[in-house]
Amino acid sequence: MSKSNLTRRGVLKTGALGGAGLAVPTIFTASSVAAHTNEPTGSTVTLGFNVPQTGPYADEGADELRAYELAVEHLNGGGDGGMMSTFSSKALQGNGILGKKVEYVTGDTQTKSDAARASAKSMIEKDGAVMITGGSSSGVAVAVQALCQEAGIIFMAGLTHSNDTTGKDKRANGFRHFFNSYMSGAALAPVLEKMYGSDRKAYHLTADYNWGYTTEEAVKSSTEALGWETVNTVKTPLTQTDFSSYIAPVLQSGADVLVLNHYGGNMVNSLTNAVQFGLREKQVNGKNFEIVVPLYSRLMAKGAGANVKGIFGSTNWHWSLQDAGSKAFVNSFGTKYGFPPSQAAHTCYVQTLLYADAVERAGSFAPCAVAEALEGFEFDGLGNGKTLYRAEDHQCFKDVLVVKGKENPTSEFDLLEIVEVTPAAQVTYAPDHPQFSGGALGTCNNGA
Amino acid sequence: MFGLEKKDAKLLLIVAALVFFAPFLLNPFPSDSGMAQFNAGYPDLMQRFVIFGIFAIGFNILFGLTGYLSFGHAAFLGVGSYSAVWMFKLLSMNVVPAIILAVIVSGLFAIVIGYVSLRRSGIYFSILTLAFAQMSFALAYSVLTPITGGETGLQLALNDPRILGAAQTADGNIPVPGIFGLEMRSTAELAVGPWEFVFNVGYYFSGILMLASFYLAIRIFRSPFGMMLRAVKSNQQRMSYTGLNPKPYTLAAFVISGMYAGLAGGLMAAMDPLAGAERMFWTASGEVVLMTILGGVGTLIGPVLGAGAIKYMENIISKINSDILHGWFAFLPDGLEDFVVAIIYPFIGKGWHLTLGIIFMLVVIFLPGGLVEGGQRIAKLFGKKKTNDAKDGAEAKTPAE
Repeated sequence: MSKSNLTRRGVLKTGALGGAGLAVPTIFTASSVAAHTNEPTGSTVTLGFNVPQTGPYADEGADELRAYELAVEHLNGGGDGGMMSTFSSKALQGNGILGKKVEYVTGDTQTKSDAARASAKSMIEKDGAVMITGGSSSGVAVAVQALCQEAGIIFMAGLTHSNDTTGKDKRANGFRHFFNSYMSGAALAPVLEKMYGSDRKAYHLTADYNWGYTTEEAVKSSTEALGWETVNTVKTPLTQTDFSSYIAPVLQSGADVLVLNHYGGNMVNSLTNAVQFGLREKQVNGKNFEIVVPLYSRLMAKGAGANVKGIFGSTNWHWSLQDAGSKAFVNSFGTKYGFPPSQAAHTCYVQTLLYADAVERAGSFAPCAVAEALEGFEFDGLGNGKTLYRAEDHQCFKDVLVVKGKENPTSEFDLLEIVEVTPAAQVTYAPDHPQFSGGALGTCNNGA
Repeated sequence: MFGLEKKDAKLLLIVAALVFFAPFLLNPFPSDSGMAQFNAGYPDLMQRFVIFGIFAIGFNILFGLTGYLSFGHAAFLGVGSYSAVWMFKLLSMNVVPAIILAVIVSGLFAIVIGYVSLRRSGIYFSILTLAFAQMSFALAYSVLTPITGGETGLQLALNDPRILGAAQTADGNIPVPGIFGLEMRSTAELAVGPWEFVFNVGYYFSGILMLASFYLAIRIFRSPFGMMLRAVKSNQQRMSYTGLNPKPYTLAAFVISGMYAGLAGGLMAAMDPLAGAERMFWTASGEVVLMTILGGVGTLIGPVLGAGAIKYMENIISKINSDILHGWFAFLPDGLEDFVVAIIYPFIGKGWHLTLGIIFMLVVIFLPGGLVEGGQRIAKLFGKKKTNDAKDGAEAKTPAE
């Protein structure tokens, strides 16, 4: 079997090739000269916008990308400056970040941890991005956050609502502006008590994955603290599209409130099924049957159509807010794209400004310096009132909106109305709260 | 050489050269030019090329030789990843035990699934494997959350009870995987004029394992065992009538290819210590089928080429956005520029699946033998000198031995 295939010509060829390879002038640049990973040395700085462009949350991803493009425009001094004029910190000059023009690269997370990490890695390794932001799911946020920690890059989370992002999976290089499951529960429960009374029996349908678990737990503990009883909690597969078989047993259970811990398409389908089953016309225990959706988004409300009317939920931000920051943002977003921004767009826009501002204040792009500038940072004028970036877990504490599906929408965007703005104090929890335990921030990483 | 026919040894050497010089070959454009967008020579993508190359080589041992189309191979990839990450969490950050465990566990997993699935053939076999893979995915995604981390995936934490090695580094971070102290992510850069070339430890580690897998695959293709597998493909009944039981052969092929997938999964975790359930989703299983068909079923080098092509598109084409397009066509008059961009836009960025789909259709229709056949045709155009490079005995018309 063993045959030598070495020919004189072959050896010569290989030798010539190898020699040529070795003769190439070799200047190995030591990677240790940079103070931190991807330190911007030229006149530009690159940010990485990693959003779902395909898959179940593509709509949100598209809206996030619009917000990022708007934020970059504003940072570079273009447009009307948006929320930069209402932001309480005045470090941003509209001349890029630290005088460097802001450029960006985009990637597709596909709402898969793997794809999101691959895309983030290519931004870090190939494009030299100094900050990664985006995402529309907690799984992706946690995965990319861990990657950024490892690589020595700042991660500014996009839409991620699970407690774990700043709970058991928190990282020193990761920051979240969006609110979380606990806050939803804490904000919703008092409103629900006011509307529906304290003697209620709740039945939970929960999407069978991480976000569903934390949301179910948060809503359950908040409502039980106010006297509600939880009759049953049922997990539904994430890929489920027809929830009829899960809705039918609700009526037999003696429950008078149905809590749908579902997001995106799941929520659209389960809510539609529940309404079609006539749950909302039913009387149980002498009370009207009610449905609650802990996490609302305008895009979901649009999907569910008329079924959302009168249904309560919570949201991070809504374009109908009347403070100066929100108005400025809605105005410049609307001028550029022709429709109001979603909450995903808002949080992404704000995260970009917050990052840029932190770099300006720190005077450096080094992740540790930026993290220090963000930790314990109090600001205002970005649409949620006074906000604190808490140092212990890198979570923002701000007012949470309790919203209700509008009875008489005036346009396809005017689907939710704000019922109550829950003050930040009411949704604040201790960093070592049981729903957030089990993780550690670790220390910030500047990378190579 | 190496116990191989001359032709195969030459192929192995070519693949080895490609692997070793990949950092140069994949970065043909100066890093400050506009074409740098198409450079693929950065560590993460190069690692993916070789890792998915291993995955596809293994898949091809089953599909290419026995004709059994498994639609659930991603399950083994996922199992391999989970085992490797658990090894990092519990034993040591050294990749060697992690990869060994990944291969073993996925092999055991393949025995169980293979034993059941191989009771049927054809479409029923495909559906069974698909069902098993989806079952694994669903389990990993929700029911087994304590073991798999569910939706967020299994990752390292600062308080892992690692037996050998510290739970965290001196500066309070999670240690990174390495091989006897040499970190997988450590990278040397070489700047030659405007060009930049990157040499990454993880890439060369995966690359060497890929070459070993490739070598093993050649040996299997050329062995009597490989002949038996081909006999299964050509006519299983005839084989039974001659008194041979095909079941052990197919099961062996299934397990081997499952172990290849486990190796790939373990390597993925070694490069990036996170295992997500999406790795087991049916689309991931479908992807390896696409890779193999795109490259050339039953050929040695085909699956590797297919894996490279698909990963290239996924990572490079998907990152071109409309701004970059406008940059390219800025020289055109305004109206024309917008028109050209509007035409191209659906095929780049988030539309990369569309591009992939079109290329796949073109390949299947015009080059049924995959990219390998394309290479052969081109080689034929330029005289017969190079034909042997791309071709190999597996699809030669007459049985070689």
